[in-house]
Amino acid sequence: MDINDIRAIVTVVSLLTFLGVVWWAYGVKSNKKRFDEAAMLPFTDEEADRFELGLDRNGQRKAS
Amino acid sequence: MSETPSTYNYKVVRQFAVMAVVWGIVGMLVGVIIAAQLVWPELNMGFLHFGRLRPLHTNAVIFAFGGSALFSTSYYVVQRTCHTRIFSDGLAAFTFWGWQAVIVLAAITLPLGMTQGKEYAELEWPIDILIAVVWVAYAVVFFGTIAKRKVTHIYVANWFYGGFILAVALLHIVNSAAIPVSLTKSYSAYAGVQDAMVQWWYGHNAVGFFLTAGFLGMMYYFVPKQAGRPVYSYRLSVVHFWALIFTYMWAGPHHLHYTALPDWTQSVGMVFSLILLAPSWGGMINGVMTLSGAWHKLRDDPILKFLITSLSFYGMSTFEGPMMAIKTVNALSHYTDWTIGHVHSGALGWVAMISIGSIYYLIPRLYGKAEMFSVKLITVHFWVATIGVVLYIASMWIAGVMQGLMWRATNADGTLTYSFVESVKASYPFWAIRFVGGVLFLSGMLIMAYNMVKTIVGGRTVDDALVLLPAAHHA
Repeated sequence: MDINDIRAIVTVVSLLTFLGVVWWAYGVKSNKKRFDEAAMLPFTDEEADRFELGLDRNGQRKAS
Repeated sequence: MSETPSTYNYKVVRQFAVMAVVWGIVGMLVGVIIAAQLVWPELNMGFLHFGRLRPLHTNAVIFAFGGSALFSTSYYVVQRTCHTRIFSDGLAAFTFWGWQAVIVLAAITLPLGMTQGKEYAELEWPIDILIAVVWVAYAVVFFGTIAKRKVTHIYVANWFYGGFILAVALLHIVNSAAIPVSLTKSYSAYAGVQDAMVQWWYGHNAVGFFLTAGFLGMMYYFVPKQAGRPVYSYRLSVVHFWALIFTYMWAGPHHLHYTALPDWTQSVGMVFSLILLAPSWGGMINGVMTLSGAWHKLRDDPILKFLITSLSFYGMSTFEGPMMAIKTVNALSHYTDWTIGHVHSGALGWVAMISIGSIYYLIPRLYGKAEMFSVKLITVHFWVATIGVVLYIASMWIAGVMQGLMWRATNADGTLTYSFVESVKASYPFWAIRFVGGVLFLSGMLIMAYNMVKTIVGGRTVDDALVLLPAAHHA
């Protein structure tokens, strides 16, 4: 097999892999739940946010 | 067995955040100096002339300013979204001091003329080896932290940071391969057009992974956090990531249009550059639409102004880039100031502004303050910086198109209408406007430094933020 055949195959496989990713993201309905969970990851530690900013539970400035 | 509760390592985040501001000022100051040297050539003094200072400027803003901002935010984001302390405090500290050493070595060797002569990869081989060692340590710290995460998913920002770290390691090691002849001199391991192609494979992916993927990691964390709502579409972010990974690697040849590079390679570069418009705009839309339904927040939150404006500039320059990669457009734009304008709409508008917004988000949190010393000064910084960028890129567009038209103009008998020096003369007013734009952008950074110092003074270094299990587990 010529090296150019391998190059062509790699290109086609890459395209198919990418289309597979698109299908996995948009076509697989059961993924919606995991995406929703993952999207909330920056908001799962708001206690740490309040701590850093020196705020109490109600978002008010703590008397120091 | 009682376990002391774990805390986040904010020390290394803090160190890199402060140094990002410092190196931002240094790098942009050098940029303003070389802009002045083009307007007033008598400012080229001794070995501190344009040719020596220009690589110092690019290295300082990309790797010292941008690099520090990336280290800082990635260490913060990976700890917070993985709900775990950083993998190794010692190794993290090594990446900080190692990276600062690289920057100092660059600041010494480049003005002395020690260079490999490859754009954005000028540093000589001993420094290249140090960079490689620091970078591998960075990868170990980052992926080590992901490996010990307390949550199931790896948040999309970490995918972008991770992609950036892996790709930059690959690019740096391949492109820096060289045969040393002395401690301060080496020759590339590649020859001729292969060398040029390796260089621009590196060069364009430095843009694609260092200056894009890493900063998109920032975008995917700090935009949702500051807007107070999750990213517009998580599945779009998945496709955005993989589309960038699959396309960016092929776009490099557009830097070598109409050269000795085979024509088909140039065409491949052009086509992939055009395809890149899709993922770039997908990412931009994803970031901007995160604000959908909360646009009012943009009115009085200057940090959001920085973040969202940076995305507008990202959209603008990722539209302009593919256009400039079209061979017929490139025939006009290449080697002119249009390229410089394009680079700065990406570098100042996108990279610097998203970093500035993210650092304004981080600084109060790292020093236990509810907000920056002066929110008003952030707004001032925003407007000064925005006017600066607009002046910079508008003047370079005009100068660039004018230069391109003058260089290609021919008389009826086939001779050139203009000599090169006539195009230089015609460029002066625009170089002066560019200088003013640069001064404005630098002034914004000085305002930021003042605001940062005032915030730090009287603050406490937050080293006791507890690592908490994700909120969902409590409920």
